[in-house]
Amino acid sequence: MPNTKRRRLFVRSAATSVAVALGATALAACGSEDASEDPSGPVSLTYWTWTPGMDKVVDLWNKGQGKKDQITVTVKKQASGDTLVTKILTAHKAGKAPDLVQAEYQALPTLVSNDAVADIASEVGDAKDKFAEGVWQQTTLGTDAVYAVPQDIGPMMFYYRADLFKQYGLKVPATWEEFAETARALKKKAPDKDLTTFSANDSGLFAGLAQQAGAKWWTTSGDKWKVGIDDAASQKVAGFWGDLVKEGAIDNQPMYTPAWNKALNTGKQIAWVSAVWAPGTLTTAAPDTKGKWAMAPLPQWSDSENVTGSWGGSSTAVTTDSKNKAAAAKFAAWLNTDGDALNALAKESGIYPASTSAQLSGAFTTPPDYFSNQPDFYTKAAEIAETTAPSAWGPNVNVAYTTFKDAFGKAAKDKSDFAAALQTMQDDTVADLEKQGFEVSE
Amino acid sequence: MSSLAVGKAESAAGTTPGTVQNRPPLRRRIALIPTVTLLFGALYCLLPVAWVVIAATKSGSELFSTFTFLPGTGFADNFSDLSAYRDGVYWQWMGNSALYAGLGALLSTCVSAFSGYALAIYRFRGRETIFNVLLAGVLMPPVILAIPQYLLLAKADLTDSYLGVLLPQILSPYGVYLSRIYAAAAVPGDVVEAGRMDGASEWRIFTRVSLPMMVPGMVTVFLFQFVAIWNNFLLPYIMLSDDEKFPITLGLFTLLEQGANTPALYTLVITGAFLAVIPLVVLFLVIQRFWSLDLLSGAVKS
Repeated sequence: MPNTKRRRLFVRSAATSVAVALGATALAACGSEDASEDPSGPVSLTYWTWTPGMDKVVDLWNKGQGKKDQITVTVKKQASGDTLVTKILTAHKAGKAPDLVQAEYQALPTLVSNDAVADIASEVGDAKDKFAEGVWQQTTLGTDAVYAVPQDIGPMMFYYRADLFKQYGLKVPATWEEFAETARALKKKAPDKDLTTFSANDSGLFAGLAQQAGAKWWTTSGDKWKVGIDDAASQKVAGFWGDLVKEGAIDNQPMYTPAWNKALNTGKQIAWVSAVWAPGTLTTAAPDTKGKWAMAPLPQWSDSENVTGSWGGSSTAVTTDSKNKAAAAKFAAWLNTDGDALNALAKESGIYPASTSAQLSGAFTTPPDYFSNQPDFYTKAAEIAETTAPSAWGPNVNVAYTTFKDAFGKAAKDKSDFAAALQTMQDDTVADLEKQGFEVSE
Repeated sequence: MSSLAVGKAESAAGTTPGTVQNRPPLRRRIALIPTVTLLFGALYCLLPVAWVVIAATKSGSELFSTFTFLPGTGFADNFSDLSAYRDGVYWQWMGNSALYAGLGALLSTCVSAFSGYALAIYRFRGRETIFNVLLAGVLMPPVILAIPQYLLLAKADLTDSYLGVLLPQILSPYGVYLSRIYAAAAVPGDVVEAGRMDGASEWRIFTRVSLPMMVPGMVTVFLFQFVAIWNNFLLPYIMLSDDEKFPITLGLFTLLEQGANTPALYTLVITGAFLAVIPLVVLFLVIQRFWSLDLLSGAVKS
């Protein structure tokens, strides 16, 4: 995409108010003095992460710079997902959280508002230029503090079966309108096939689509939170998908099930709105169709736009329980900015790095094996990554996500009103925020 | 069983012998509706097991593309991949599960036997209160206790250790409850009385007279506890952070949830789940005979 427009809409005005709205955090932000203590003597750190192969990457540290600095890191492999946040918070309650944790971006506000992760601005602040601004902003929550170092990102993209698109004479949709027409055109030509499905079992997908449309689900004004889950942008997205499901232009079955895998593998579903990590998923889900897929930017809401959402991605944070915050922050910065470390992360763990310089080097000079037919896969991916819309996460993303799965899951199954489901999501999220003692403005 | 028991056989516990009288002669014919219902139930229970068994034989490319109940060709590969995953950590998990479930169930059965017997045989102040508290404990799902237990054990610095998982599972309200019910039914007061008359100590009566009568019940408690601990997820999930100490449930979960950018290791998880069921099946088959053997026989005639 040569005409890359950088759309960066930041919530600068909210900068200080987030810290206030996060309550407990305002105090935590002052806690950075103990983080700058110089560790004397050998230090050993524990690190909770779900990234496969992380132990091998950490070995590089332990044998290299870590050895020099006398900082040894031990990986304790965990399962990913919201459950890990709960586990970290439980451990934090007992004062036993590990020194370092891997945290998805949308989980950071929850961890910050529970005072579980430390401000490491003074240690890792210099790393800022290594990342796109929209990515870095997710770890600062718009404040002067820095709560984590970005590790990987998941810019969203459109994946489609190039061979079948050709066979049915379909054009790769550039706008969502064209996307809907493509879905209908396919239905006409091959009634038993679907362009894709609307799945409610991963909230991150819908969140990313809403983000692309310009939704700001959590914002602050003064010391109050404002929940915008049913804002105009999200309503537009919900309505769009709801209509497609209702008219039967796309499928309504959840993804990541054996049936879904089969649909992708046999060409019953011929496209997937996903993110940069899709090749990994497709490798197991649709092994027989390797080399037949292609990747394109996400359809846009209008011709003049060029923006994408993000689905997934995580960061490395230092906990407030850590007794060696400075050492831990040093490791977190190394892990996510050092060239060798990022190369190893790409090779051993298959992550798509948040660090912009790493996105086109090393492992990313050749396309993923599954997409060997698209040599410029990662060049394109890096261009798309630059267009990622800013995100606006709040302290109870988990609640919104759970309600999403229930409400939208039901709406998709019944082919009923998506707007009502969105309203439920909004109401439940607001109710939970209030229950947790946050001030919420209407 | 011991000769003591034969002494005061005739005065059995209160119940009159069950009267089986005037029953219309039943021909052995197949009752259609119950049979069909049961067959359906069996199918409902066995189908997922069959799925796991068959899916475990499929290779990654066959898993979602071939007919569901068509056996695949990849079992040996799955098995060796699973064994090779992170230097065989799967077998470490299997060993951990065996330790947690085996030792945990054994200790739990001992504690249940002691307390159940005491509650059934001895009369003491507060007995009913204790029993009622226990009953409340039976109704309390262990899941909601996991976090308080974690916070407690964190104070004792026992989190992320084998003990941290073992200790909370040793006391099982359900096990004590079952033991009490069983002891009350299987160990007649008269037999205990006879033992006392003959000058045996309480400990000797328990180990030599009562315990043998309680064996079938204790086997049941052991099995229940073993299965409960083997399948337990939340407690070890909260308690452990080092995956070398994980039981199999937790290990398989980490295999499945590796973050979005890595393919879920379905074939490994399915093969792992299949292998994890085998010890339970074997245990049931082996212990079954101890189980049903003595349910009807007893020390006193009734």
